[in-house]
Amino acid sequence: MATDVLEIRDLVAAVRQRRAVVPLVDGVSLRIGRATSVGLVGESGSGKSMTALSILKLLPPSVEIVSGQILINGRDLVPLGDAGMRKIRAREVAMIFQDPMSSLTPTMTIGRQVAEAVRVHSGGSRAETERRVVELLSMVGFPRPAERLKTYPHQLSGGQRQRVMIAMALAGGAELLIADEPTTALDVTIQAQILDLLDDLEQRLGMALLLITHDMGVIASRCDRVVVMYAGQVVENAGTANLFAACRHPYTAALLALIPSLDADAGQVLPTIPGVPPEPSAFPPGCRFAPRCRYSTEVCRVEQPSLDDPLGTGHFFACHHPLGIDQQAPP
Amino acid sequence: MTSEASPTLEVQDVVKHFPLPGASRLGRTLRRIDAVSGVSFAIHAAETFGLVGESGSGKTTLARMVLALETPTAGEVRVHGLVLGSLSRRPLREARRLVQPVFQDAFTSLDPRMRVGPIIAEPLAAQHVDTRKQRRAHVIDLLNEVGLAPDVAHRHPHELSGGQRQRVALARALALRPQLIVADEPVSALDVSIRAQILNLMNELRRSHRLTYLFISHDLSVVRYIADRIGVMYLGKLVELGPSASVYSRPAHPYTAGLVRAVPTTDASSTQRRATRSAPVSEMASPTDPPSGCRYRTRCPIAAERCTTTEPTLRSVRSGHLVACHFPLDAPR
Repeated sequence: MATDVLEIRDLVAAVRQRRAVVPLVDGVSLRIGRATSVGLVGESGSGKSMTALSILKLLPPSVEIVSGQILINGRDLVPLGDAGMRKIRAREVAMIFQDPMSSLTPTMTIGRQVAEAVRVHSGGSRAETERRVVELLSMVGFPRPAERLKTYPHQLSGGQRQRVMIAMALAGGAELLIADEPTTALDVTIQAQILDLLDDLEQRLGMALLLITHDMGVIASRCDRVVVMYAGQVVENAGTANLFAACRHPYTAALLALIPSLDADAGQVLPTIPGVPPEPSAFPPGCRFAPRCRYSTEVCRVEQPSLDDPLGTGHFFACHHPLGIDQQAPP
Repeated sequence: MTSEASPTLEVQDVVKHFPLPGASRLGRTLRRIDAVSGVSFAIHAAETFGLVGESGSGKTTLARMVLALETPTAGEVRVHGLVLGSLSRRPLREARRLVQPVFQDAFTSLDPRMRVGPIIAEPLAAQHVDTRKQRRAHVIDLLNEVGLAPDVAHRHPHELSGGQRQRVALARALALRPQLIVADEPVSALDVSIRAQILNLMNELRRSHRLTYLFISHDLSVVRYIADRIGVMYLGKLVELGPSASVYSRPAHPYTAGLVRAVPTTDASSTQRRATRSAPVSEMASPTDPPSGCRYRTRCPIAAERCTTTEPTLRSVRSGHLVACHFPLDAPR
C-alpha cells in the first residue's frame, strides 16, 4: 500500500499553564493520500486551525505539541528542529491562509515575491527564475502572466491575491497543500473559482489537499473525505458521499442543517445549534457535545465515546447514540 | 412633512462618482470611479429589500448614501419623502434618527474603550432622548430584545463573541426606534452556526418592531432567508429586481443565474465530485473604465454584438420582476 502523503496519529497540542495542561487539539488522527482532498470542518475554536498549524509547526509560542506523530510521506515531523522544518515547508508542505493581503508583502511586486519563493528551492539564472514565475502565475489562472509581474498586491482583487499565494505555495513543488479558510473572505463567485483552481491542481499535480472551513457547503462538492472536529477532537470521519447521505454524529447533522437551501421561504426560522462550544479549559467530561445535544443521555455525560467504525465501511464516528443506528427520540 | 403614502426609502436615478487622486487638471477630473451609475428602487414600510452583488458593485456606496454618509453626485435619496441632500442640519439629524446602520464587523464599529451600556445609549444621548436614568433602563430593555443578559452592559466589546457583538450593534441600531435599518453584510464575518442565530433575530425584530430593512450581502443564500424583494447590482447598475422567490427560482439575468449557481449546496447532484460548475468566470471589469453597452458583457456567456453597442435598460419580464438584459433567460422570444 502506498504511503499517505500526510498521516496524523493521536496528535495532542496544548497550552501549558502553571497548574494544568489545556489541550486545544486532543488526540486527532487523519490521513490524506496523493491527489485526494480532505475537508476539516468545525466551528471557530474547534481546533481545526491548530491541527493545521501543528503540521507546519507554526503554532503560537504558547502552544506546543505534547504527543502524537505527524508523518509526511512516512517521516515524522514532530522531532524535527527549525532547520529540518524549513526544508519541509513549501518543499513538501505549503499553506495558504484566509487573508492573502496580510501574507503578502505590500511593498514588493508579485513577480519578486513569487521569484523569492522559487529561488528558495532552486538556483538557476534570473531568466530561468522569471520563466518559472510566469509558468506558476499562468498555472494559477492569470491570463497574460508576463504582464502582471510588476503588479503590487494592492492592485489585485482578493481572488487574484489568493491566486498569488497559491502560486507561491506551488513554487517548491509541495505535495501537500493546506488551505485554511481560503475563500471565507471572498465573494461567492470568486470563492467558486478558487475552489475550482484547488480542485484542478489536486488532479493535475497529484497534490494532497487539506481544506479547512467552517462551511459544510464548501466541502460538499470539493472533498473526497470529511473530518468533523468538535472541541479539539474528531467526532466523525467519512467519505463525503457517505457523510452527506447518512451522517451519524448529531453535531455533523447540526452543521449540515445550517447549509442554506435556496428553496426555503423567506422569513422562516433557520435551524441553529443552541449554546456555544466549550472553552478548552472547561471541556465537559464524557462526550464534549453532550451539553448541546438533543439526544444526550446519562451515559453521554459520564463516558467519552470512542471514534470507531462499527459498520466497517470506513465511516468513523464518536457517539453513544449515532443517528440512524441508535437514535433516541428527542424529548 | 412625512406622508403615509410615500415609501420608507426611495432611491431615484442615484449616481456617485469618486474622483481618482492626482487625476484632475485645471479643476477638471480626468479619471474617476463610477461607483453607482443611475440606480432606482423603493422600499415600502415593513419590507425587507436585499441588495446583492460582488465587491465593487457599488452596494456599499449606495448604503452610505442612504445613511447620508455620502452625497449623491446626481439623483435623490428620499426617506419618508424627505430628500436627504436638501436638508439643513437639524432636519438631517431628525432624518438620521429614522435610518440606522448595522455594519459587517461589529468589532470595528463598536468603540473598544467603551462598555456595552454606554455604546447602546450613545445614540440616545446624541439625539437628546430621555434622561440618563431613563436611558439606563432603556439599555436593559434593548439588551433583552436582542437576547443578551443585562450584565453584558458592563462588558467591553473584546470580551464578547462575534455573534454577541453583532447583537450589541443591533441593539444600538434599535435604540432610536428607527424605521429603516441599513445592514451592510451583517453576518458575513460570522461562523455559519452564529449566522443563522443573527438572521433569526433580525427576522424576529422585524416582526416585533415593524422594521424595514435594506439588507446588503454578496451571499445570495443569506439574502434569500430575509428578503421579500431582491435587487442585484453589477458594476454600479441594478441588473435585476424582483420578488425573492421569482429571482431565485427563475433568474432572468445571466449574472444572477451565475450567482445562484455559485451558492454551495448539498443537493445530491452537487455532492458528485467535480460536477460541472458554471459560476461566472473571470472577475468584474474596472469601475474606472466600465465596458460599453451592457457592463456584464465581458463575463457573459451569451453576449452578442448588440450588448457591446446598446446598454440594456430595466424592463419587466414577469409581474414585478425587472431585468436589464437584451437576452433575458427563461423569457419568451
